[in-house]
Amino acid sequence: MEKERFTERVRSWEKGWRAFWKNKTAVIGAILLFLVVVPIAVFAPLISPFDPNDQKADLALKKPSPVHLLGTDMYGRDVLSRIIWGTRVSLIVGLGAVLIGVFLGTVLGLTAGYYGGRVDDILVRIIDIFMSFPTLLLGLMFIAVMGPGVRNLILSIGLALTPRIARIARGATISIRGYEFVLACRAVGMSDFRIMFRHILPNIFGDIAVMGTLWCATAIILEANFSFIGLGIQPPTPSWGQMVRSGVDYLGNAPWLWIFPGISILIAVLAFNMIGDGVRDMADPKLRG
Amino acid sequence: MVQYVLRRIFLTPITLFAVFTIVFLVMRVAPGDPATVILGSFASEEALQAVRRTMGLDKPLYLQYVESLSGLLRGDLGRSMITNASVAYQIRKALPYTLDLMVAGTFFSLLFGIPFGILTALKRNQFWDYFGRSVSLAGLSTPSFLLGLLGLWALSIKIPLFPSLGGGEIGNLLSRVHHLFLPSLTLGLIQASFISRMTRSSLLNILQEDYIRTARAKGLNKRIVILRHAFRNCLIPIVTLVGLYVGILIADSVLIEVVFNRPGIGKLMVGSVKNRDYIMVQSIMTVYAAMVVFINLITDLTYGFFDPRVKYR
Repeated sequence: MEKERFTERVRSWEKGWRAFWKNKTAVIGAILLFLVVVPIAVFAPLISPFDPNDQKADLALKKPSPVHLLGTDMYGRDVLSRIIWGTRVSLIVGLGAVLIGVFLGTVLGLTAGYYGGRVDDILVRIIDIFMSFPTLLLGLMFIAVMGPGVRNLILSIGLALTPRIARIARGATISIRGYEFVLACRAVGMSDFRIMFRHILPNIFGDIAVMGTLWCATAIILEANFSFIGLGIQPPTPSWGQMVRSGVDYLGNAPWLWIFPGISILIAVLAFNMIGDGVRDMADPKLRG
Repeated sequence: MVQYVLRRIFLTPITLFAVFTIVFLVMRVAPGDPATVILGSFASEEALQAVRRTMGLDKPLYLQYVESLSGLLRGDLGRSMITNASVAYQIRKALPYTLDLMVAGTFFSLLFGIPFGILTALKRNQFWDYFGRSVSLAGLSTPSFLLGLLGLWALSIKIPLFPSLGGGEIGNLLSRVHHLFLPSLTLGLIQASFISRMTRSSLLNILQEDYIRTARAKGLNKRIVILRHAFRNCLIPIVTLVGLYVGILIADSVLIEVVFNRPGIGKLMVGSVKNRDYIMVQSIMTVYAAMVVFINLITDLTYGFFDPRVKYR
């Protein structure tokens, strides 16, 4: 019985992968992410044509040209180079925030789901209250307390995502908790900590990792939002949201200042969302063949 | 039914109380000293103490909490730590701009989202379906500020049809509507991408139901089947969705207020976060949470209106 349920679970993962690869949107998204966005971030120093912070007053606000493909900004910095370096910042903040959120959310969700009863009741109530706020406002609240800057931004976005991740982790833990192997662990006198992290965690991690792509999209858009508002990445570090922000002053005169970084955000988030589209197919057994 | 409604209404203030408590705790317990943040890390200890005293931060936590809470119950949210203006007054002044934006935005989102969703569902796996789904996927990946800026650029600078900034004159309805159009259209288009996806999938599920086949089999025309039988039933998930996405509506309204310089509570919130105005941030967070709670209450209560099968417990 136990073994059957387990192989069923494994088989359902295999089916999930097949559903993912059948989804054209998801495959295009994965290609976009892993063959375009990630390499740009990794090889930023090699491919960026200019130093992103190199100011040349005589070249300020030049239209896109063969030398400066996407034009220059108000300090004469090359927009394309700043976008390329900004890719790095966006991905680091996005991934960093998701990692923090996954860590905290998993610990909370595991604890709530594993212990159940009163512990679960209290944690779920608190999580639900946090979830009644939009992530943007939660993040704003944390930034209000901690202040701007890269480190605080990653932490704030991570904390803002935590309640949502905890909910998923809790659900997955509850679905695992009833398995006989958990009972067996307890029967041999294993500590709760060991059961939770050595035996349950590996089983729920797939569910969490799969949802991670959707949270990455959220985290990147949040970073862009905060930087656009002026509460995220501070100049001179190039970030897409902050480039759009400083381009607003030249809305009509130099639209390349804000359109191109804006489109970069769109492309990165779109890549994650397209992957997420396939991931949803994986997670929803009804849609599987 | 009456009992259910009463219980839900009774529970609302309790939820709000819990929300306020959590916000209060997060703002006080989180690492970071507000006084240092306001004055900078080189401020003298006396100056820091003085700031703490005026902010009431030198009192014990429970006393601060009791004072804030009793103020909240009296409708007195305290004074702004920066401008010393009444927080309640500032929020009351800004709130109409935000509510206008959210209502008009929801109107546009339903106006575009539902027909688009129906179209993509009916033309499943044909050109219009792929086109519509691509557009809505792009819509949900577009930062709302980018769409807002594009709107401003096209319809306010290139073709000056709409005013670019501000919320319009207070007494002048025409000016307010004129200022509202572009921001609410932006908000509506972003929301429409969620609504159309949901309408599509919910309509697709319903079109496979037996009663649709029966309706078609007894010779009803397709139009009537879709509008009278299928669409009525896919309204329930749409109502849920409007409730579920109120968070995204709020988040995008904040950004759009910043882009269009609308003097709503979103812009007030952003300004207060910049100034570290804790009391203001705490109050606006509570107002937003109240919006979420009330909209969820209303959506829960309207289920029965769209679906007579819903039993209230």
